[in-house]
Amino acid sequence: MTELAAFVLLLTFAGAALFANRVAAKQAELVERARLIERIDRILPQTQCRRCTFAGCRPYATAIADGAADINQCPPGGDATAAALAALLGRAPKPVDPRFGTMPSIPMVAWIDEPACIGCTKCIQACPVDAIVGAPRHMHTVIAAECTGCELCIPPCPVDCIVMRPAHELVTETTHPSALLDAVAS
Amino acid sequence: MQTAVRARGGLRLEAHKERSTRDPIATAAPPAHAVLTLDQHAGERAVPIVAVGERVALGQPIARPSTLVSAWLHAPIAGEVVAIEPRPAANHGGAPALSIVIANDGSDARHRERAIEDFTALAPAELRQWIGRAGIVGLGGAGFPTVAKLASAAEREHLALLINGAECEPYISCDEMLMRERADEVVLGARILMHALEARECVIALEDNAPQAQQAMQAALTRAGDERLRLTQVAAIYPAGGERQLIAAVFGKEVPHDGLPRDIGVLCHNVATAAAVARWVARGEPLVSRIVTITGAGVAHARNLDVRIGTPIAQLIEECGGYTPRITRLLMGGTMMGAALATDEAAVIKTTNCIVAASARDLEPRQPEMPCIRCGNCAEVCPAFLLPQQLHLNAQALDLAGLERYGLMDCIECGCCDYVCPSQIPLVERFRQAKPHLAAHLRARAAAQAARQRYESRIARLQRLEAEQRQRLEEKRRLARRKDS
Repeated sequence: MTELAAFVLLLTFAGAALFANRVAAKQAELVERARLIERIDRILPQTQCRRCTFAGCRPYATAIADGAADINQCPPGGDATAAALAALLGRAPKPVDPRFGTMPSIPMVAWIDEPACIGCTKCIQACPVDAIVGAPRHMHTVIAAECTGCELCIPPCPVDCIVMRPAHELVTETTHPSALLDAVAS
Repeated sequence: MQTAVRARGGLRLEAHKERSTRDPIATAAPPAHAVLTLDQHAGERAVPIVAVGERVALGQPIARPSTLVSAWLHAPIAGEVVAIEPRPAANHGGAPALSIVIANDGSDARHRERAIEDFTALAPAELRQWIGRAGIVGLGGAGFPTVAKLASAAEREHLALLINGAECEPYISCDEMLMRERADEVVLGARILMHALEARECVIALEDNAPQAQQAMQAALTRAGDERLRLTQVAAIYPAGGERQLIAAVFGKEVPHDGLPRDIGVLCHNVATAAAVARWVARGEPLVSRIVTITGAGVAHARNLDVRIGTPIAQLIEECGGYTPRITRLLMGGTMMGAALATDEAAVIKTTNCIVAASARDLEPRQPEMPCIRCGNCAEVCPAFLLPQQLHLNAQALDLAGLERYGLMDCIECGCCDYVCPSQIPLVERFRQAKPHLAAHLRARAAAQAARQRYESRIARLQRLEAEQRQRLEEKRRLARRKDS
């Protein structure tokens, strides 16, 4: 009788150990995936423009990690980002697929024609990086130094007062946030 | 007195300071036209606050700082603003940059500023702010606005102030002459800076090849009778006066490569900067003049001149007896780190410590470049502990990841590697060309990380708002249900 009890006990222990092993393996896999997503996300340009068809850079990184997206869907990152992703994932490098869009030859940022702005806040809601300031029925403006040039604010504007302009014209020493802070302080 | 020696790197170079230190400092005549470049300091350019046609007095502010890292500019002569336009600028090698031009009326009418008799009566923060009004920048050559440097280290406890009198670069002798003739000003400036920083001690460091300066400074220290200040010597091994190198020699501590001296509790200012602070606080004199060494075999009479900022370099050469036939090149700065000037029309700026009218012997023409033979001499002399040969390979390929890995941004451009290279490779020139590329890359990466952070906090904010909304809705429903039953 005691033998049987011992046998049952042994079986229980072995089962528990096997289960614990499986949980640990699953956990390790999850950690590995999170780490991979993080590494992919670090390579992406953080424009948050959704040209890749995902909701931002991190969602795209997640899709790549899960095999749901290819490495050549990021126009702002260009071929350099595609190559870096290929190197990270051990795949053959390939150029960016033009179907996902093309980029202007120089960096552009959004600019609001302020007199035309009616203060609808639609662009503020569209901006993925909180680079537009303004209040309802008051003029809005783009913090040029914070704008990633994603162009997501352009379609929602009901009066078409947002245009893309070369970044070097707008991001200057006096429009940089540090300068603005200084102006407020003095 | 003990002589501190640095751990490694650097070169023993011939000083070439005898010619320019023979005569005492002379005062140069005020220029007929003063040309003041608006970006003559590190950081952002100053913004003019005078208009063409306006009359200005000596010492009157003519441009204000545009950001926190920028500096005031004062009129170095009395007269009329005749133009605000691009003029040859010494800090751009003689290429034009936006400048304010003042025509001298010869009166030297002064703009009165208050002089503070007892600086200890002012609170440190107040004193720092007051120092900011003088337009003083690091006069050792970097030109970093002094007030920004003070602000960066303020409110740190147990801070040590290091006054840098180690003028390690060949040919330059303006700091040595300053310490010989105006030691009291330097000591007073050091004490004012100590008060502004609430520093616990102050070390004034100079090289062991300047005995007269050392004696004068020792005497001034005795007169001041402030026991928190002391003098120390460092071995004259170029670049002993580099900020990080000097701190390592004096305090035996290394500044982290991605950090600042304040991170190890030290703040370093040049002796001339300290003297300028003393003149401003004690006499209400903003930074409108500085001492400039005019030397080299290409000028007749080498000497140190007390010069108004904005004086054309050609005029200084005239005051030193003109050019000799041996002149081959004109440099601003010393022969190791100085930059060539395309024209002597350019004016003296705040950071002009030396003008070398170089002969072919002062500055040997460079031989044709040959391939790197990987001798490793450059790595042995590098005072920043870098591997210049590796940097060179990566710079040629413009491999930004490689340049970052080998620490390009830590290069202080001292020129030691250039000097010893048997293949005559212009290493520092290559590094200077590569630096903006790497800096842009690093900036873009930092901007991307900031954008990512904003994106993630936005997502978190939207989720939180949604959850709050749902909670409110549920609360309402619950209340409605309760009413029904």
